[in-house]
Amino acid sequence: MYAVKLNNLTKVYGKDKTVAVDNVSLTVEKGELFGLIGPDGAGKTSIFRMLTTLLLPDGGSATVDGYDIVKDYPYIRSTVGYMPGKFSLYPDLTVEENLSFFATVFGTTIEENYHLIKDIYIQIEKFKHRRAGKLSGGMKQKLALCCALIHKPTVLFLDEPTTGVDPVSRKEFWEMLKRLKEQGITIMVSTPYMDEATLCDRIALIDQGKILSIETPENIIDSYPDKLYAVKAENMYALLKTISSYDRAADSYAFGEYAHVSFREAINEDVVKSYLQEKGLTGIELKPIHATIEDCFINLLRK
Amino acid sequence: MQDVVIKTDNLTKRFGDFVAANAITFEVYKGEIFGFLGANGAGKTTAMRMLCGLSKPSSGNATIAGYDVYRETEEIKKNIGYMSQKFSLYEDLTVLENIRFFGGIYGLTNNQLKTKSEELIERLGLESEAKKLVGSLPLGWKQKLSFSVAVLHEPKIVFLDEPTGGVDPVTRRQFWDLIYAAAENGVTIFVTTHYMDEAEYCNRISIMVDGKVEALDSPTQLKRNFNASSMDEVFYQLARGAKRGD
Amino acid sequence: MKCFTNSPGALNAEISMKQFITFVRKEFAHVLRDRKTLLILFGMPVMQILIFGFALTNEVKNSAIVVVDYAQDEASQKLISRIEASRYFEVSKSAADHNQIEESFKEGKVKLALIFPQNFYSDLMHQNKAQIQIITDATDPNTANTLANYVTAIIQDYQADLNQNASLPYRIIPETKMLYNPQLKSVHGFVPGVMALVLMLVCVMMTAVSIVREKEMGTMEILLVSPFKPLLVILSKAVPYLILSLINVASILCLSVFVLDLPVNGSLLLLFAESTLFIITCLTIGIFISVRTASQQVAMLISLMGMMLPTILFSGFMFPIENMPKVLQVITNIVPAKWYYIIVKSIMIKGLGFSAIWKETLILAGMTLFLLIVSLKNFKIRLA
Repeated sequence: MYAVKLNNLTKVYGKDKTVAVDNVSLTVEKGELFGLIGPDGAGKTSIFRMLTTLLLPDGGSATVDGYDIVKDYPYIRSTVGYMPGKFSLYPDLTVEENLSFFATVFGTTIEENYHLIKDIYIQIEKFKHRRAGKLSGGMKQKLALCCALIHKPTVLFLDEPTTGVDPVSRKEFWEMLKRLKEQGITIMVSTPYMDEATLCDRIALIDQGKILSIETPENIIDSYPDKLYAVKAENMYALLKTISSYDRAADSYAFGEYAHVSFREAINEDVVKSYLQEKGLTGIELKPIHATIEDCFINLLRK
Repeated sequence: MQDVVIKTDNLTKRFGDFVAANAITFEVYKGEIFGFLGANGAGKTTAMRMLCGLSKPSSGNATIAGYDVYRETEEIKKNIGYMSQKFSLYEDLTVLENIRFFGGIYGLTNNQLKTKSEELIERLGLESEAKKLVGSLPLGWKQKLSFSVAVLHEPKIVFLDEPTGGVDPVTRRQFWDLIYAAAENGVTIFVTTHYMDEAEYCNRISIMVDGKVEALDSPTQLKRNFNASSMDEVFYQLARGAKRGD
Repeated sequence: MKCFTNSPGALNAEISMKQFITFVRKEFAHVLRDRKTLLILFGMPVMQILIFGFALTNEVKNSAIVVVDYAQDEASQKLISRIEASRYFEVSKSAADHNQIEESFKEGKVKLALIFPQNFYSDLMHQNKAQIQIITDATDPNTANTLANYVTAIIQDYQADLNQNASLPYRIIPETKMLYNPQLKSVHGFVPGVMALVLMLVCVMMTAVSIVREKEMGTMEILLVSPFKPLLVILSKAVPYLILSLINVASILCLSVFVLDLPVNGSLLLLFAESTLFIITCLTIGIFISVRTASQQVAMLISLMGMMLPTILFSGFMFPIENMPKVLQVITNIVPAKWYYIIVKSIMIKGLGFSAIWKETLILAGMTLFLLIVSLKNFKIRLA
């Protein structure tokens, strides 16, 4: 039995019938860390809300832990953990009060499942008498995760837990997720940050309600069709303009300090370099590279 | 000698005992893309508000486009553009109405408005959307439009507060194309971001930790100084020791 | 909900009770930690009582009055000079006939008119009794009543002086006529009115806003995705406000008894029982608003415009219902505060028992039941 199974799940909004989720089918294995990767408006939140029984689908079906999301919603509600996009805590309650409130709501106590949250809670325990509204972004995020975990959920749904969080807190957060996975909890997480995709067991790339690809991050990267080069020059903007008008280049875009370029045919690196030099660019560097998830996403989007 | 458009000298902001921005000193040059990085709560927003003339510094000095942040805030506002992560256009007005409204605020004449809005809509390829409500556009387009409106009055400096959060990678790059083009035209770009690859697009970067500017250099030089292979690592090394959050 | 009780995660009643108590305790924490809420909750009733109690029943000084003296005789002149000598009144003008009175009233400066009939003195001397007419502008019933009482007192004073050396008692019979608001409906009615108003505000607005706030913060999402029954979420929101409102009722009553000297003439227990009913009515309205709105501002606006205004306008507390156009009179019947206002007035002021107010109680209970059903029908166990 799959932990989560979506079968042609569809969600349509409003009078103008905007399709937010378009025939999405996917499965998540028990104990898997599954990532839903896509930009804002891709339909990630709608999928999460349907799976957590907060929204009714307009088509298709889905099960969580074998329970139907429409018929069996009370079962799902008592077994899953959910952390919505916004940090949903009571700002006027203290850290400890928030945690014990959610524990009670889920019919348990902090003590009963303390082992699950211990690693995370220890980091914020010294602030346990502070009101949640006065915590930093990273701390709030940790507290919210504790609250979602306190009843020992079988499946944990995390909707964009790292959005707007700085890179250091993001890294810490993913390390926490890895440890939770080791304890056997199935985790389904969404993120707009492509670089976080490699930390998942499997990912679904999603855009405008449609699944672009479902694979392990390695397989997605391996399936990148073209040979990819990283190119660098002193003047980045000039480089990008030059390459985009270069007839042998198929696609090019900025990527960190480099421009990533794919070519229509196999190239001789020296030929390309000298072409760029002719165009007046200096400090040229050119090397073949492996694609990243972001390259794959861009490639899929441009298709 | 490059033209200095932003100059701060020990700029400090205190809220009671809390020093949100602590003796910030740096210079930003004309046409530069300046990345302003920092962990949540490091004091980026506070510093940015002072530079925009929205908040009075507790001590220190700063001039923006040659105007003093204490006395000449009105002049500063005329010479800067501002765009924030939270989309800053009116969702219930059309694309054209938004352009006209914001252009009008900055005192563009009707003729200027007309040519400028046509130009802008053509450049963004929004011809068929010009009469649609901004609320109905995808996020990426909104952000591009928002940026274009922020530079409509040809400001000397544009402040961008996490302009690309949550935007898809293709649109994100199109957004940076707009930034590059503006910088080529001599507009100074002052930008905050959580994407470390975007930090690489900047000419120079400052990284704030606990209210202080802890590092300031070009991405290449920073990586060399911190013996790091990516900006991510540089950031991690600096921000890991941060004491406070927001 | 049926399958829920059989679900593996089903919680026994004991846990449900514990959840419920935790929730109620959390609700109290929200209220007690927010100064603004506390101020509205407990400052407002006190302020309202004091404003209505003191500002409106203020002592009258040097009020302008009009005198129409058809008699022009010894007695009328004496009485007029007595009235003028008092510090309460000032004769602004003497009108030739009573048709001018209403004009003066409409100008707004004059609040009272005195009419001496022809033969005032001779009537008094020969028949031992004479009539005198007092007309007041009762748009402000408190002032009108006070003024009429003062004039009557002066007249009685004069009458007593006359009677000192008379074999047969002389009687001057003042005939008081209240213009615009003949029954003086709202005299001393402000305490029941304030109670209706405060309960309306506290229960409707606070409940609606506090539920909608959870929607806005996103915590409602988590609560819905939990084994806690959605209905209990709503119920546990209502309980704290029921308790706080009862405290409010008590404090208003204390203020009115000890500060304003307005006693509770009827049964205190009955008063509290009826108040509880009205509080539940208001809570149901608040819940109804909250299930239909998504933002705190909208909830607040609807509570204020949709509930407060009708309460002020149509409960009969500020403006007498009898003087309203027929259409508005009919409308007042659907305002719950009107019935509560009648109930409280009957108990507090008239000292009546349940037998006198069972009809109103029944209407109020019916309204509550109706609202409860509508709210529950509209209540969603999902987001949209």
